[in-house]
Order: sequence, then structure tokens, then C-alpha cells
Amino acid sequence: MLPYLIRRLLLLIPLLLGITLISFVVIHLAPGEPTDLQTQMNPQASSELQERLRRQYGLDQPLYIQYGQWLGRLAVLDFGESFAGDRRPVIDKIFERLPVTILINLLSIAFILAVSIPLGIISAVRRNSMFDRSTTILVFTGFAMPSFWLALLLMDWFGVRLGLLPISGLKSLGYEYLSFSGQILDRISHLILPVFVSAIGGLAGFSRYMRSNMLEVIRQDYILTARAKGLSEHTVIYKHALRNALLPVITILGLSVPGLIGGSVIFETIFAIPGMGKLFFDGVMMRDYPLIMGILVMGAVLTLLGNLLADICYALADPRIRHGQQAPGKG
Amino acid sequence: MLHVFFRLSIAVVLLLFLGACESQPEASLPGMSEALEPEYGGTFIEASIADASNLLPVLSSDSASSAINSLVYNGLLRYNGQLELEGELAQRWEVSEDNRILTFHLRRDVRWHDGSPFTSADVKFTYELYIDPEIPTAYAESFRQVTRVETPDPYTFVAHYDTPYAPALLSWATAIHPRHLLEGTDVLRSPLSRSPVGTGPYRFAEWVSGEKIVLEANPDYFEGPPYIRRVVYRIIPDVSTQFLELQTGSLDFMGLTPLQFDRQTDTPAFRRNYNKYQYLSFGYTYLGYNLRRPLFADKRVRQALAYAIDEQELIDGVLLGYGVAATGPYKPDTWVYNPAVKQYHYNPEKARQLLAEAGWQDTTGDGILDQDGKPLSFTIVTNQGNDLRIKTGEIIQRRFREIGVDVRLRVIEWATFLKDFINPGNFDATILGWSGGPEPDQYNIWHSSKTAPGQLNFIGFEHPEVDELLERGRRVFEQEQRKEYYNRFQEILAEEQPYTFLYVSEALPAVSRRFRGIEPAPAGIRYNFQDWFVPQAEQKYTR
Repeated sequence: MLPYLIRRLLLLIPLLLGITLISFVVIHLAPGEPTDLQTQMNPQASSELQERLRRQYGLDQPLYIQYGQWLGRLAVLDFGESFAGDRRPVIDKIFERLPVTILINLLSIAFILAVSIPLGIISAVRRNSMFDRSTTILVFTGFAMPSFWLALLLMDWFGVRLGLLPISGLKSLGYEYLSFSGQILDRISHLILPVFVSAIGGLAGFSRYMRSNMLEVIRQDYILTARAKGLSEHTVIYKHALRNALLPVITILGLSVPGLIGGSVIFETIFAIPGMGKLFFDGVMMRDYPLIMGILVMGAVLTLLGNLLADICYALADPRIRHGQQAPGKG
Repeated sequence: MLHVFFRLSIAVVLLLFLGACESQPEASLPGMSEALEPEYGGTFIEASIADASNLLPVLSSDSASSAINSLVYNGLLRYNGQLELEGELAQRWEVSEDNRILTFHLRRDVRWHDGSPFTSADVKFTYELYIDPEIPTAYAESFRQVTRVETPDPYTFVAHYDTPYAPALLSWATAIHPRHLLEGTDVLRSPLSRSPVGTGPYRFAEWVSGEKIVLEANPDYFEGPPYIRRVVYRIIPDVSTQFLELQTGSLDFMGLTPLQFDRQTDTPAFRRNYNKYQYLSFGYTYLGYNLRRPLFADKRVRQALAYAIDEQELIDGVLLGYGVAATGPYKPDTWVYNPAVKQYHYNPEKARQLLAEAGWQDTTGDGILDQDGKPLSFTIVTNQGNDLRIKTGEIIQRRFREIGVDVRLRVIEWATFLKDFINPGNFDATILGWSGGPEPDQYNIWHSSKTAPGQLNFIGFEHPEVDELLERGRRVFEQEQRKEYYNRFQEILAEEQPYTFLYVSEALPAVSRRFRGIEPAPAGIRYNFQDWFVPQAEQKYTR
């Protein structure tokens, strides 16, 4: 297992370099420069200003030198300074947005799992029943609904008409003056709508996935055997079938690791949540190259690690894969 | 995007408030009702679409930063409600006989938020900061006109100019920076970027990135502490969300869209809680023709296109009536506006006739005019993200088609739009807007020396008389004299139609009724923010 792991890790390095190179070139292909926002269409800005800014940002160098310099800094884990007006270190900007993004994504994944696994199981067990059909329609409606529209509707119902939930943001204005339990309640009430809206799209996919896995497993011989042994239906489904049906979930969870730091521009914008999605979007609109590259590199590393993690977990969880690797051909 | 240099400009009011037109008894004069004694305290909550970028004014050019900086810092001068320059940090000022020396006498009772005294050395330092070649500021141009500055004593500041420069006065409304905290430091990485120290009515309190910026009243402000104790800028990037927050009373102020103003806020509940105001904003939308294209070389073609556009239709359709027709680069309620210029009211007959005179006939019978075998056809480009401009383009497209002109509309992302279309002059016509302020100098947009790629006269307008008028206009300080030059300037633009000036839109703010002391004036409503107050019984978030 260890040599395999080392080999996989080493393979990640050229892959990562390739990703950064392609990203670097692509973002520089987009027309416009970080200096444009300050200098274009502004009667007070001279052409020297543009030159001065380009020099300060190192944009007057050929692209390969810029890439080399950027790579050199990255080697010592320096993501550079943002080209936005504040020139803060990119790493600070990312870290200040990470906690809330990860929190919402974790909650949303938990919500998806908690709802879609039971949904999938019941739909599979009672295939083509009324329940199966109605949940299918329901989750697909949720999936098809534009999230910004759903978000606005929910905000209007729960925020404006019923006045039950706050509309946007993470905390109320008087947050500092609330009691401890009040603060926690305040936080939770601000998270309900964003988590629900960000989860609704995932529900459909995941519950359908769960359902088809379950159907697949139920058809297997060992389930027939279990039933033949006279086990209760409950034991058959929740002990024998479920465990096997859950296996592919590991892959999906592994794949969602990079998703943890990736936010969604749309719902962050609507709920006024300062998350990664908005940060990245603004970075792209302003052509803030160091910020874009910083986020892309983190995303790439997490994607690669997530894949690796999924593979490893798979091997650990599924004896067929584990043995297949150690003794090929004998499986 | 175009209002990057909006921070010195203040909007003007048409004294027309919706509340006053309603028949409801409680909707009397907004904010001025019940002659209440001003009381201290309360919080003013406003939303901003974007987070501020940098709270050092020399380094920021975005509107969010400017809004905050305008409360934290002071300039030597400012515009009052009547859009006249008045002293702020300067008690009074003098312009020398030959218009080349400006002398400012500074107030002696001003302290920085950290307690240090404010002196002329701060002004000199600020000037040096703006012209420092290492400081990438977007506002250096006016200060480059200065040849030297003097500080004969701590409360006198003198600026010398080689040639008289009228916009100079306005440039001294720029925020003055604290010398004692910035001199000898790396200004680009100064901690003041995130926690500013100014002399203004509000002190910086807190900035949570992407979430909110909080300011507290400055108890030692030289004009007396402002009544409202706290100002909170919440960053809410989506305007629909802002509007929902406004409806729940979580926001005290919001600039409404025409649709929101007209339909969505026309409820008893909304009227009970908010006053709505409307006044003309500085800035206008135009259709600009690339004069380097042979197609637009003939002025009759440009005039014909102007006749083919129904301005009222644009104002009704795009702005729901909340705007007025533009006839030139100045808005109708300013001193510099010239109402006696040639106007192009919708007249398709006249348009066809002018095009015929210019040699455009429909010889092929396909409904499109042509000349020498080439159809009269061009593309209008505009930038993505501005629905008003896109709608304007669509309406114009239909009207042009009616007089036999084939127009395509292309909408392009901002950076690409500037880089590949506007700056290299690679366009036929464009719908864009300019925002401005009370200062009428238009040198950068219309002078023939500003036609190089990347400069603002990107349509390539060259007119010797306009050049001379613009040069003269910025050399004199007397309003009457300037008006003469700018009147003629507007006449020429109206005759030549390098742009077809379309409309000036109205600013449509809603303010919570809790706030009193709002006095609409030509400058809008925000100019006297320090005088706004909330009666104690209505104050929220008092702790």
C-alpha cells in the first residue's frame, strides 16, 4: 500500500504543474488587465499611471517570466499580493473566506446525505410506488429550479411575509449584544435558508444515485440468499443491502472534497455571504491574477487529494479492490 | 463602471417627491415634518453592492470606498446643497488676480481622529502623495497642473499654477491624508488602508471583509458631532436581496430602480415606513458614433439618426418615465446647461429626407437604404451588465429599421469591450454613459488631443472651435464667462451630433421615515447627512 501511495503522490506533482501552467495561460488570454478598472474611462488617470501599475504588478515582463516568478513564490507557499486596490496577501483573503464556505458546504453535504439516503432506499424498496414517483417528481423539480429564484422566493416567504428568518448575511446587527444561546440561535437562523438552497440541487442527484445503487444490490444473489435464510426484510435491507449500496458513496464524498472550498457565486451573492465563490468571481472580473491562481491551485490540490483519498478509502472499504491489487488475477 | 470618478460629484434634486404628490395625510413633506429638536443617537444602515477596496482615498477609485471615505475624510473645499463650493477644512480661500495662485486659510480647530492637530503640512503631504510617481493613483491629473506649493505657516496653504486652471478648485475637495501617519511609510501597504484615520464627521470602527463596515460618530468633529451615532454599510451584492431587506426594515436607505420605485414600493406598508425621493442624477446615456468610419463622416447621417430616435419612448420604456431627455453633456438643472440648442424631436420624415440628401436611397427595394451598392448598416456595441443600455439599444434598433437603417446590437463583457472595441476604435457606434459633476470642464472627452487609443475621445471628434472653447473654459474662473464658452460648446455638439444624447436618469432613493432633517436640494439628499437625526423614541440598535 505504501509504495502505491508514494507513487500516486509523486504523480500529482507534474499534474499540478500542468494545471497551474494551463490556468496561468488561460487567465492571461482573457482580454483586459487588472489595471483597467483603475485607469480606463477615467479622465483623471494618465497613460503613465497604466504603465506604472503594470510595472508594479510585474505585468510588463514576458508571460513566461511572470509564470516563473509566480511559481518561485509558490514553491515557498507564497501566493503573492492581490492586485485589487487593497494589495492584501492572497492567502489572507482566502483564509478569511474559508471558514464560512466550509461550514455551509459541510452542513449542506450532511443535509443531502441525511435526506437522500433514506429517500433513495425507500424509493428503491418500494419501486414505482406512489411514494417513489412523488419523490422523484419533487427532487427533480428542486433540481431543475434555478437556485437564485428559489432563494428569492424563500427569502420573500420566510423573511418578508412570515418574518420568521433573516434574509441575508451571517449575523444580525446586534449580534454582539445577544446572550450566548441567542448568538447560536442567530447563527443557525441565518444558515437555514442558504444551506437548504445550496443542498436542494444535490438532493436530486444523490437520492437518484442511492436509489439505483440499491436496486442494483437488491437484485444480487446474496440478497436472495439472505432472504432465503429467512432474515427479516428489515435486516436484509438495512444490514446486507445498504452497506453494499453505500460503497459508491465514498467516491462521491471524495470528489466533493474540492467542493468544500468552492462556493457558489449565485447563492453567496443572493444571501450576502462572503464566501469563496464570490471572492473568485470578483477576482476574475477584476483580472486579479494572483488571487485567481491562488484559488485555482488550492482547488486543484484538493481535487487531486480528494481523488486519491477516495481511491484509498475504496480500497479500505471494499475487500474486492484491496485484494485485487495485492493479488491480481485471483480476485 | 463609468462612475469611477463620481466621488466628487453630487446629484441634483428636482424638488419633486412622491410623498408630496400622494393624497395620504401622513405623507407630508418627507423628513421635514414636525419641527423636532434634533437628538443624538441611532444607527443608519445602508447596503453596498460591493465591498470597499481601500480606505486610503489616494489608492481607491471604487464607489463603495468613496462612500465611506467621504464620511471619514475632509477636503479643503466641498459642494454645499446648492452645488456651490464652500470651505470645509479651509475657512476661506482666495484666487489671485491672474487666476494662477490659490491661497487657502485653514481652520485651526481641526484634529485627526487620533488627536493630532491638522496643519498645512498635511495638505502639502497630500499633494505630494498624489503626484508621487510611485503611487498609482487615479486622481493625479489635476494635481499635475500645480507648479509648486507653499506652506507659509501651519494654517496657510498656497498652490501655484503656470496657467489658470478652473477645475483646480474642485481638485482641492480631495480628501486630505494624515502626514504624521503616512510619511516615510510604505503607503501602498499602509495599515490605514484597512483602518483609516481622517478628520471627518465619522471615525472608522470596524471592517468585516465582505460583510460590513461600521463607522462611529466623531465626538470632536470641528463642526460639532453628527447626530446619528453609527453608520453601518452592509455588503449585499444582490439588489433583489437589498430590496427584500429594505422591506423588512433592516435597511434605512436604498437607491431604487425605476421598476421598484414605480410599482413594487407602491404599497401602504412601504409608504408608512419610507420616504421616496427623486432627483436628476449627474450623468447621461448617449449613442456615440465612431467618426473615423466613412459612414458617419457626413453630419446629415448623424442628424438623421438623431431624428429617428424617439427620446420620450426611451425614457418611458427604459426608465419608466423617471428621467429627462439629454440635449448635451450637461444636465438640465445646472447653471451651465444651454436649453437653446438645436433639438432633434422624433421625426422619421425628416430623418429619411436627410439621409436622401446624403445620398442614401433604397435602390434594391429590400427596405434598407443603400449607396454605391452598399447597404446602410452598422453595429451598435454596448457593455454587458447594464440592462438599461441594452433595452435602449433594442428600441433604437427598431426605430432605425423603420427609416431603412439596418442595425445590429452586440453586448460585450466590460474588459473585452474596452480592450477590443472602444480603445482601438474598433466599433461603429456605441451606447454608453458618462457621469460627471458640477464642474463643466469636458476637455478629456471632447478635445482633439485626447483621441489616442485608450483616451476618452474615442469617437475621434475633432473640431477646432470646440478645442478652443474647451481650452478657454478651463482657464477662467468667472461663471458668466465660462457659461459663454460652454453655451457655444453645447450648440456645436448639438449641431454636429457626434453623440446623440439620449437621456439623464433620476436617482430614486428611499429613506426610512425614522430619519429627519433631510432637506432635498440641488445636490440631492446626502449632502447634509451630518444634520440627519432620529428622534429618541424611534432609535434602533442604541447600544
